[in-house]
Amino acid sequence: MSQGVVKKSSPIAGTIAWVVALLMFFPIAWMVLASFKTEVQAVQTPPLIIFHPTLINYRDIFAEANYLQFAWNSIAISVGATVLSLIIGVPAAFSMAFYPTHRTRGLLLWMLSTKMLPAVGVLVPIYLLCRDLGLLDSKTALIVINMLSNLPIAIWMLYTFFRDLPKDIIEASRIDGANLRQVLVHVLLPLVMPGIASTGLLGIILCWNEAFWSLNLTAHSAAPLTAFIASFSAPQGLFWAKLSAASVLAIAPILIFGWISQKQLVSGLTFGAVK
Amino acid sequence: MRLRAIAAFAAALLSGTCLAHADTITIATVNNSQMVTMQKLSPVWEQKTGNHINWVVLEENVLRQRVTTDIATHGGQFDIVTLGSYEAPLWGKQGWLTPLDGMSGYDYKDVFPSVLQSLTEGGKLYALPFYAESSFTYYRKDLFQAAGLTMPDHPTYAQIDQYAAKLTDKSKQQYGICLRGKPGWGENMAFFDTLLNTYGGEWFDKSWNAQLDKKPWTDALTFYIHLLNDYGPPGASSNGFNENQALFSTGHCAMWIDATSGAGLIYDKNSSQVYDKTAFTAAPVDVTPNGSHWFWAWALAVPSTSKKASTAESFIAWATSKDYINLVGEKEGWTTLPPGTRLSTYSNPDYLKAAPFAGAVKTAIETADLDHPTLNPVPYTGIQYVSIPEFEAMGTTVGQLVAAALTGQQTVDGALKQAQASVSSTMEQAGYTQ
Repeated sequence: MSQGVVKKSSPIAGTIAWVVALLMFFPIAWMVLASFKTEVQAVQTPPLIIFHPTLINYRDIFAEANYLQFAWNSIAISVGATVLSLIIGVPAAFSMAFYPTHRTRGLLLWMLSTKMLPAVGVLVPIYLLCRDLGLLDSKTALIVINMLSNLPIAIWMLYTFFRDLPKDIIEASRIDGANLRQVLVHVLLPLVMPGIASTGLLGIILCWNEAFWSLNLTAHSAAPLTAFIASFSAPQGLFWAKLSAASVLAIAPILIFGWISQKQLVSGLTFGAVK
Repeated sequence: MRLRAIAAFAAALLSGTCLAHADTITIATVNNSQMVTMQKLSPVWEQKTGNHINWVVLEENVLRQRVTTDIATHGGQFDIVTLGSYEAPLWGKQGWLTPLDGMSGYDYKDVFPSVLQSLTEGGKLYALPFYAESSFTYYRKDLFQAAGLTMPDHPTYAQIDQYAAKLTDKSKQQYGICLRGKPGWGENMAFFDTLLNTYGGEWFDKSWNAQLDKKPWTDALTFYIHLLNDYGPPGASSNGFNENQALFSTGHCAMWIDATSGAGLIYDKNSSQVYDKTAFTAAPVDVTPNGSHWFWAWALAVPSTSKKASTAESFIAWATSKDYINLVGEKEGWTTLPPGTRLSTYSNPDYLKAAPFAGAVKTAIETADLDHPTLNPVPYTGIQYVSIPEFEAMGTTVGQLVAAALTGQQTVDGALKQAQASVSSTMEQAGYTQ
């Protein structure tokens, strides 16, 4: 397709896209609406669409919990785990893409298979390890666990990005006198930067939403926003409005972050898709 | 001058000593309104003692799993945990909790004996009650009056059936009765077990043989399904305490049989539209009053892994005291105080004036007999639960089958046959039967 020619999308496809988008957005919109209702309004049937909004839930949440501490923990854990997984994942993916052996494919599949293990299956051994290393209720434990948990996905994504690069590029760089480190840092990394960025963004989103280990390994000091949301669910008493407000506060940072970086995310995910 | 210097030195020494004894304790709790109030008022204790509290608030099931893992692996993350009358004796027996029956200056005599008994195992008290509840019947006095009906002090389930039929008007989204339908041992099974008990049924005979295929189970389940399908709200199998509280407080239920601790919420103008139209009576009965209304206590306990047990005990003594109850009444309103634990609460004129349900709650709690929950003798205690560690899983499995029968995915006979097989197998594997 020549540049400058804009392909017209069909109205049916556009309508379907809008319907799907609205369906996906509906729970978020409902949650935001509920966060501005009173508890009684939030559970009213038929549901209220028009109502006097109130900020009482947000006020109560800020009075009951230290939101900023939870948010800071989420940021530190997500960024820390993602940076670590990239530091390990980039060389691993590079070596598997450019210097594959007959075991590379099996190794990749084995790494992916570790994601199939239910987390609860290793809860007790990991809990004991954290206890013995003094890492219970610490950000370090969650950073390491999230890094290990997301490493297979990071390596797989990075591997596909590296694999799509022409192999001759290394040879050409070597002829020009570059050593392996220089090839990786100055030649290959700039080329796969969109892929690394999208892997990093996906890693941050996955870490941000991780709840199982956050709930089981933290208490007070290292609890992230997933633990913050869970604390507003109650076995007795109405809690939907407050839970909605807590959820809005928990997803707001990552939603804004995703919004700002959506261009990089999309370009990274489609990187190499069309040659 | 010298005297002042000595005094200053002594003061510094004393304050240093105080600081040295100041502890930070971690409390794991649930987000019930009573616990939120405790969290809100805890600075009073912190200022008084110089100690500090870190709160870990979790959803009930997550809390159980989290605390169980921590205590079983000696993690020592928590100094105080919130637990119920089901867990306290079981965890105490395992050696997971520090006994709390020797706290000097604590007014044990003011606590309902039955409540203390529910938290005791082998003669040792393992937790102190924060609030306790039984179950009774909420009803809309305006709807009863309009229909020319009178609710008796001790209704039978046959009467409840008649009233529900008369008061159901689905075109107005007015349902005769709301009951728990959400599967879970603490959800639908809490109500269903009381229905089963009063129908003359039991989980096990004296030799721990499962009895789920017996006639009382079939009759109770058939009646439960009839009540909810014919007179209950749509989607009843998704409704737990919270959903039914929402339905009742927004005027959709004529009757609701559930926890007495919900009364404060129903009588609260801010969370209920029917606060001035609601009355209450005892839980209904059928062939026996035994086990017709449940008993539950939320309590505070110190894990045996805590390294700050004395500070934790000091907090528990404060949070479960008469003074704390009065503090809640004065600061937050008398209907919101932690009910069901202390005799003095029920002689407090301010509370009795604000809470017309107080007497009924006291009677329900005092008459809920954990040691005689059924018509026939059984080897277990507990009304809406069976006090064995295996019950949590069994109750949830059977709760799912009861919900399946309610939604029509299974027949009553099919669900109970499966439940009987599952429970029998669990009991055999656990060594209760051969």
